[in-house]
Amino acid sequence: MADDLIVDPDIAPQRVADSGMLGPGPEPQLGKAIASISPWQEAWRRFKRHRLAYWSLWVLGFMVLAVLLGPLFYKVGINEVDFQSRLAGPSLKHPMGTDDLGRDILARVLYGGRISLAVGMAAMLMAISVGVLIGAVAGMARGWVDAVLMWVTDLFLSLPQLPLLLLLIFLFREPLKQAFGLELGIFILIVTVIGGFRWMPVARLVRAQFFSLREKEFVEAARALGASTPRQVVRHILPNSLGPVIVAATIDVAAAIIAESTLSFLGLGFPPDIPTWGRILYDGRDYMDLAVHWAMFPGLAIFLTVLTINFIGDGLRDALDPRRVL
Amino acid sequence: MLNYIFRRLLIVLPSLLGISIVLFTVLALAPGDPFEELATNPNVPAEVRMLLRQQFGLDDPVWQRYLRWLTSMLRGDWGFSFQSRVNVDQLILQRLPTTIVVIGLSQLLAILIALPVGVLAAVKPYSWFDRIASTLAFIGFSLPTFFTGIVFILFFSIYLGWFPFVYRSDISSTGWQFFWDHFKQSIMPITVLGLAQAASMMRYVRSSVLDVVRLDYVTTARSKGLNERAVITKHVVRNALIPVVTLVALQMPAVFGGAIVTEQIFRVPGIGSLLIDAILRNDTPVIMAVTFVLSCLVIFFNLLADIIYGWLDPRISYG
Repeated sequence: MADDLIVDPDIAPQRVADSGMLGPGPEPQLGKAIASISPWQEAWRRFKRHRLAYWSLWVLGFMVLAVLLGPLFYKVGINEVDFQSRLAGPSLKHPMGTDDLGRDILARVLYGGRISLAVGMAAMLMAISVGVLIGAVAGMARGWVDAVLMWVTDLFLSLPQLPLLLLLIFLFREPLKQAFGLELGIFILIVTVIGGFRWMPVARLVRAQFFSLREKEFVEAARALGASTPRQVVRHILPNSLGPVIVAATIDVAAAIIAESTLSFLGLGFPPDIPTWGRILYDGRDYMDLAVHWAMFPGLAIFLTVLTINFIGDGLRDALDPRRVL
Repeated sequence: MLNYIFRRLLIVLPSLLGISIVLFTVLALAPGDPFEELATNPNVPAEVRMLLRQQFGLDDPVWQRYLRWLTSMLRGDWGFSFQSRVNVDQLILQRLPTTIVVIGLSQLLAILIALPVGVLAAVKPYSWFDRIASTLAFIGFSLPTFFTGIVFILFFSIYLGWFPFVYRSDISSTGWQFFWDHFKQSIMPITVLGLAQAASMMRYVRSSVLDVVRLDYVTTARSKGLNERAVITKHVVRNALIPVVTLVALQMPAVFGGAIVTEQIFRVPGIGSLLIDAILRNDTPVIMAVTFVLSCLVIFFNLLADIIYGWLDPRISYG
């Protein structure tokens, strides 16, 4: 095959996902019983070898549970004012202390966590969908479509993201607020804008994957059997290119959380009465000499979330790359 | 070499145009009318408003408006700040040097940290040094700059009292004392930005050196009897740096983002804090101009990286 020259065997992680009925079955190995381990079980086994990633998964899982279920058990309102204990340090009554109005910081951090995680997940989904779509179209179409799409991708990569984020939020905040209400409007805006600036690496990854996978024998076999292009893509190529995309998706959640916190920290994210992590930090920084805990707890929450997500991403990179022998 | 630079410049032009189109589209799509205030003002009759719109060409076709906007942007005619009552280009020229100095010094600091640490970690992979350095790098780029900045202020300014935590541009001292005071108040912003950069840069350097160090020519250099130091510095690092330059250039947008945040935390009077102030005060001409300037700077640094790339990698022909 002349086309085989294009194939770069190093780029393509094969057998990441089950490649459908045409995929190769488990190969018998000498001296071992033929056990059918699914690729996902294999990946999980590899993931567990990465100690830091494994423990990060537990820590992150705990934090997600705390944020989701915490308010059910910890019944202190985020706007409950307690003038008796303003700027009080951590105590039994207020485990993370209080702010200048005597509002409980733990309750606010738990509430803010929901927003931060929701923004992170939604922006990631947005970035991944756009990235996969553009990468897939470029990878399948090639020719001038590919050239134009990659030019756009490179252009977006060289845009200064934070200034543009700020500009977009400045210009579109009011109309979206009117159209969807205060919270939802800002949420949609922030998710769209953050997601809209993070799809480029995914698009490049997916395109590279498609270039190499579409020449592989199993795709050729599917093509020979008369599979339509959409079927080839959805059933055969896409599942096999998911490994790096999942890794990129993980990292994207962390990046989106940082981006949202940065916006809130600059005073341009969610409105002041919605306590996101970045916003609590922003409010607390003026009282750093009096109440260190106010800025520290939300800051630590951001840091821990981002760190554990990054470690998990690192572990997934090890787990989903079958060429690695661990 | 000149020819190569010239060709690179030709490649830069489309991306500059692309960025200007993106910026203009954002501006054109944005709801709101510059004459909105006039519309609600009962003292201004509708005819006057129409005339003003005609005079400023607001009802012209989009491409005409774009061309007019682009030419005035390129001529440096950026309008008039609503808030400060001065021309925008003057305002930006005042603020730009501070930002360039802070970014430049922090990049320098990042290189000074990341290069030796990354090379040492890669020369002995999975050693204790490598493990500690890699973990620290991971922690480093998981820390958002605004949090590190706050921790720095807390520790060095409030607890230890070493550095002032608000940047002052009106230092009255003269001579050496003037430089010392400026240096002292710049240390924290530069360190915060530099450390964040160093963390991701170190990972690039490490993986790039790891790729190169296994190649045959390195073994050849060793078997010639060169000492390890010469092998690493003369043979490995130079080749390992080639991909690092590109990756660092791709980081430039993030660096400017970090600079905006850092300037805001330490109240450094740079272009980033100008942007934030302008946004908080609805000062549209300043916002547009700063975004445009930052875009141009990013492109300029990409160009610079390309040129360094050409200088580092003799396989790239200048043709």
